[in-house]
Amino acid sequence: MALPAFVWFVLFGIVPLLGVVALSFTTWNGIGEIVPSGLTSWKATLQDPGLPHALWVTFLIMALSWAVQTPMSILLGVFLATSKRYREFLAVLYFIPLLLSSAAIAITYKALLDPSFGLGSGLGVEWLNQDWLGNGTLAMGVLIFIVSWQFIPFHTLIYQGAVRQIPTSMYEASQIDGAGRVRQFFSITLPQLKYTIITSSTLMVVGSLTFFDLIYVLTAGGPGDATRALALLMYQQGFQANLMGPASAIAVILVLVGLGLSLLLRRLGGRGNESQLEGA
Amino acid sequence: MTYNPMSRRNFLGLAAGAAGAAALAACGSDGPESSGGGSTSGGGGGGASYWSLSGPPGEPVRKAAIKRFNDANPNAKIEEFYYQNDAYKQKIKTSLGANQGPTMIWGWGGGGLKEYVAANQVEDLTDWFGQNAAVKDKILPSSFGAATVNGKIYAMPIETVQPIVLFYNKKVFDRVGVQPPKSWGEIMALVPKFNDAKVAPFSLAGQSRWTNMMWLEFLLDRTAGSEVFDRVFAGEKDAWSDPAVLDMLTKIQDLVKANGFQKGFSSTAADSNADQALLYTGRAAMMLHGSWSYGIQTAQGGNFVKDGGLGWMNFPPVEGGKGDPSNTVGNPGQYLSISSKASAEAKETAKKFFSTTLVDDAEKENWVKSGGVPVLKNSDSLFQGADAQFLKDMAAIANGAKTFAQSWDQALSPTAAETLLDNIAKLFQLQVSPQQWVDAMNGVIGK
Repeated sequence: MALPAFVWFVLFGIVPLLGVVALSFTTWNGIGEIVPSGLTSWKATLQDPGLPHALWVTFLIMALSWAVQTPMSILLGVFLATSKRYREFLAVLYFIPLLLSSAAIAITYKALLDPSFGLGSGLGVEWLNQDWLGNGTLAMGVLIFIVSWQFIPFHTLIYQGAVRQIPTSMYEASQIDGAGRVRQFFSITLPQLKYTIITSSTLMVVGSLTFFDLIYVLTAGGPGDATRALALLMYQQGFQANLMGPASAIAVILVLVGLGLSLLLRRLGGRGNESQLEGA
Repeated sequence: MTYNPMSRRNFLGLAAGAAGAAALAACGSDGPESSGGGSTSGGGGGGASYWSLSGPPGEPVRKAAIKRFNDANPNAKIEEFYYQNDAYKQKIKTSLGANQGPTMIWGWGGGGLKEYVAANQVEDLTDWFGQNAAVKDKILPSSFGAATVNGKIYAMPIETVQPIVLFYNKKVFDRVGVQPPKSWGEIMALVPKFNDAKVAPFSLAGQSRWTNMMWLEFLLDRTAGSEVFDRVFAGEKDAWSDPAVLDMLTKIQDLVKANGFQKGFSSTAADSNADQALLYTGRAAMMLHGSWSYGIQTAQGGNFVKDGGLGWMNFPPVEGGKGDPSNTVGNPGQYLSISSKASAEAKETAKKFFSTTLVDDAEKENWVKSGGVPVLKNSDSLFQGADAQFLKDMAAIANGAKTFAQSWDQALSPTAAETLLDNIAKLFQLQVSPQQWVDAMNGVIGK
């Protein structure tokens, strides 16, 4: 049963991964001969001051987008879990950003935020005429906003489903004990969502490692190198500077960071198989 | 159940990470859908493929040339694909690396071509030009420099000679009541006047980076002449450590600090022509850009060019500078190479395209009509009508230049060019000081 998935995974997961590892020990400009060169590419990569900066930017995007998305998604998920007609209508609306491609979203926001021809000058609202993508701090803020705007619907959906799984008997029992809505939220809903939070966070954290299209179209890693995350650094080294060796080394680092983070998150969630519904 | 260190979920986590890496590795390595049939292998009957840049003013002329050729040669058609500038530069490299490249490789000559030559990707055309002296004789000799690597010709100069010039909006100058600058000092004096009038002094597509580079090219040339960059190009150690370089970099940061460019210039990209729009809508007073900008202003600016709104001049001298004010920078031509991996029939088709369509009178006329000075000789008589003055001026700048330097990013190898562009972006962003810039650039000399 698992064979087709396994073959697919080996072919498109393991084989390219091994290829990248092999390439990281070579010197190659992408066009000519591939020359094995030992640790040259790794040394160049690890000594490049661009690497710690890119790691920091990647971490910043990860942490900030998680911090914005998680509370919003939980609240929206809880809100939308109740079956009321207007909430179901809103749920459909909330879902729209997820249907759009990242490149299209980036192009649209870039046009809207243009200080000369964008929303601000179009509507004549001076406040909107900031140097949104030309100032490092603002550009990072814009990026986090767009990422959240795009992916909160997805995580809301996960939480919505998870909240609906919580047995109503728990709420009924707490009501008898006199718990209010806030108390119910913190004492029942949140603890019950523990594993969902871990799943959703893993998706966010690992997913944010590979943000590429959005950043590339929106800022191309700029201004300067303010939004140059690891994936962009890899692309820049490989496909713009024609340094495939160092680019492959960065790709390996990217895989290791991703693996490390998902394992860490799993460990945080506890490894036991205890039921959440005990006593329910 | 005992805990298994390599549980299924860990395995899936690994799968997710690896799949992400695989997806990234796939970025940029995909050729156009039909590359398998239409490219190097040739789709039967000697068909050849051709990749080039999209957008006005070039794309319509290129399409017209392919159409002329295909109509005349129904058995050996050329298949065409067009890409945006920035996207094309990466696409062509990855495609060549994967042996998925087109028969005809469009480019800028210089350092990029040198790399193709080193990888045996392009045909040596020296003998062909020797046998077809009539074809070679139709092209301006000065444009062959960037097509020549180690004394051999690897590309045919095509299309237009494109010096970079300083464009300005005459209407804005009239409204503010000032005259076009004749020196660097006058430029700096104009900056606050335009800012007071709520007009950006200069339009700049800073996200594209090569746009910023044009400022460095001219300022360095005007202060120190063309010799400093020649030393960098020759790979001389610490060639950037010339006092003139520090001076030039300081001048640029002064201009940035004085709000010389429109607000948000770092997020403006040249591919969308937003920088051009700033000039023709009067939101910016001046713009340093390649001569092809004229065609864009004409095509997209409504009546702006027709009503005489657009002014142009060679970059003004810098007070006390050693550079010859007639010098210019830009593209001495565009270049078309033939892939060495193409089939014999496809190569023949390409050569036929080179020797017929690309040097015929219609080609020359169409490029003149697009607002460009062709690389083909004897085009002066065609400079007529509304664009005559611009064309004459561009030809005068190109032919009268003591030195016509090739754009830095095209002259250098892609590796050095990337470091250059990266540091230029940081310079304009005031992220690095002039000294840090020089140190970073000295590190990649000769690479």
